[in-house]
Amino acid sequence: MANLQESKPRLVVSKLGDDISTDAIYPGRFMATVLPTETPKLAFADDTELNAKLNSRTLPEGSVIVAGRNFGCGSSREQAASCLRGHGVTIVARAFARIFQQNSINLGLPTVICPELEADAGDELVIAGDHVWNETKGTKFATVPLPAARQAIIDAGGLIPYTRKRLLESRA
Amino acid sequence: MGMTVAEKILARASGRDSVRPGDVIEPRVDLAMSHENGALVINQFLEVYKDTGLEPKVWDPGRIAIIFDHRVPAESAKTATNQKKVRDFVGAQKISKFHDIRGDQGGICHQILPENGYVRPGMVVVGTDSHTTTHGALGAFAFGIGATEMASVWTLGSVLNVEVPGTIKVVINGEFAEHVSAKDLILHIIGKLSAEGANYKVLEFHGEAIHRMPTSGRLVLCNMSVEAGATAGIVPSDAETLRYLHETAGVTGQVDIVQPDADAEYEQVVEIDITNLTFQIACPNGVDNVKPIDAVEGTKVDQIVVGSCTNGRRDDIAAVAHILQGRRVADGVRLLVFPASWKIYQECMAHGYIDDLVKAGAVVMNPGCGPCLGVHEGALGDGEVALSTTNRNFKGRMGNPKSEVFLCSPAVAAASALAGHIARPKGEPHGQPARVETEAGCLEAW
Repeated sequence: MANLQESKPRLVVSKLGDDISTDAIYPGRFMATVLPTETPKLAFADDTELNAKLNSRTLPEGSVIVAGRNFGCGSSREQAASCLRGHGVTIVARAFARIFQQNSINLGLPTVICPELEADAGDELVIAGDHVWNETKGTKFATVPLPAARQAIIDAGGLIPYTRKRLLESRA
Repeated sequence: MGMTVAEKILARASGRDSVRPGDVIEPRVDLAMSHENGALVINQFLEVYKDTGLEPKVWDPGRIAIIFDHRVPAESAKTATNQKKVRDFVGAQKISKFHDIRGDQGGICHQILPENGYVRPGMVVVGTDSHTTTHGALGAFAFGIGATEMASVWTLGSVLNVEVPGTIKVVINGEFAEHVSAKDLILHIIGKLSAEGANYKVLEFHGEAIHRMPTSGRLVLCNMSVEAGATAGIVPSDAETLRYLHETAGVTGQVDIVQPDADAEYEQVVEIDITNLTFQIACPNGVDNVKPIDAVEGTKVDQIVVGSCTNGRRDDIAAVAHILQGRRVADGVRLLVFPASWKIYQECMAHGYIDDLVKAGAVVMNPGCGPCLGVHEGALGDGEVALSTTNRNFKGRMGNPKSEVFLCSPAVAAASALAGHIARPKGEPHGQPARVETEAGCLEAW
């Protein structure tokens, strides 16, 4: 899990269901666009309402998208993680698909695994310690910590600095 | 305690005597594959070297493969520029396994790797494509990664912080009914396991039906294992693997196979008897929304696609050509056929399949990913329905969120092309018995 250990409430800007694919997050027809500076405007391009909300530049800092199980299933396209990272959102899902979650860790998109999560758009969440508190509904849900090996990549600031460090160590 | 195939491969690749699920390792990579998204890998690779004072140099140019397939020939200036960037990098870094847009060497990455003998049993293969699972059909441990992860592999030659996945043993017994194929089987398995049933797991395929199955069918099973969320699909290498590598892929010399230990520990065992398995269709908008054909028979279709890394091989096109031979695609239906490689294209020409297809009304396209992911050719109109032998049917997958995609086998695609709606293959053209030549000469594959 990313460094989210503060008690500031976060607004849920959208609630999504199970099996949200990378085709939904970043449609294949935009795959020739690769730069992290250009991918955010295409996030959820086929979901007009969510795309407009993300691009409105009015989202409160630390906003959250909540989702069901298997978020990010499908393609390995890294744009699906980079486009969301560019909006500064945190994804809290009941479970993530493997490649998407690894891409998120590698690029520094904050993801939180919360298997029993119940939250709706407009709710306010506090993510702290090993729980997500739904302040609006007065409920609390346990999160699943990332294995230490993956947390190490996050702590290094992503896979590029992590790899750079290893490269320099190997040449030392 | 014994090890599964994945555990044996990962133990060797990480220099250990044994590994268990959950162990964190850094396996050495034997083969690292990218396609057009190599352009993004290059960006991230150069970023790793930024401000280090070191000259950017890939760890082993002989172990990197780059194959252009997603948008060939380029559909836009942006794609052409990305391809040019990759071409320049390949030249500068002396990357040897590069397949450009050429009729004598091109095709879809997941066909080019096997048919050129790049993949061997026991290898660790990574690819910046989720369908890299395909290569488990040759007994390798092969999995999809993102572009940044690949930049790390290009730098260090290993994958950092991999957790050894647990393995689900899938045992397939019985024999396929006529025209029922590996595609129907894997759709059935995905429907049973669900789209996340194998997330962070390996599917290891066993059973008499797998032993008899030619490599072309095994590639289908492993290709779509990722649609159940699997990290990898693996068919333990055997005599058929060696036959394919030596006879089809031109591999010479000794090839060692990797079998699981008799006392390997599996997290789950799934047994399926395929004797009564009928044609399976994945319905919109999920690959695990699988129904027997009865449920959707008669659904009108506008476009039918045969091809992709799943079902664009010679056996697939042969099955379609045999059903279409001497007949005509229904009015109002567009049938697009994409052979998975130019080698396959040439074999299909030599066997007369291309002639049969074109005379029946099919449009035979150049090898490539085509409309599978909505980036290139064969776009769908608003409200249109596609039936496809490809691997995904998420909303908007073929480029238009106002269209729908059903997934099926090549034989069902062919029968449906004749009918104009989803239909099961019935009987044979001209009253002749089915005779589909497979690479292995095995008829039971169909």
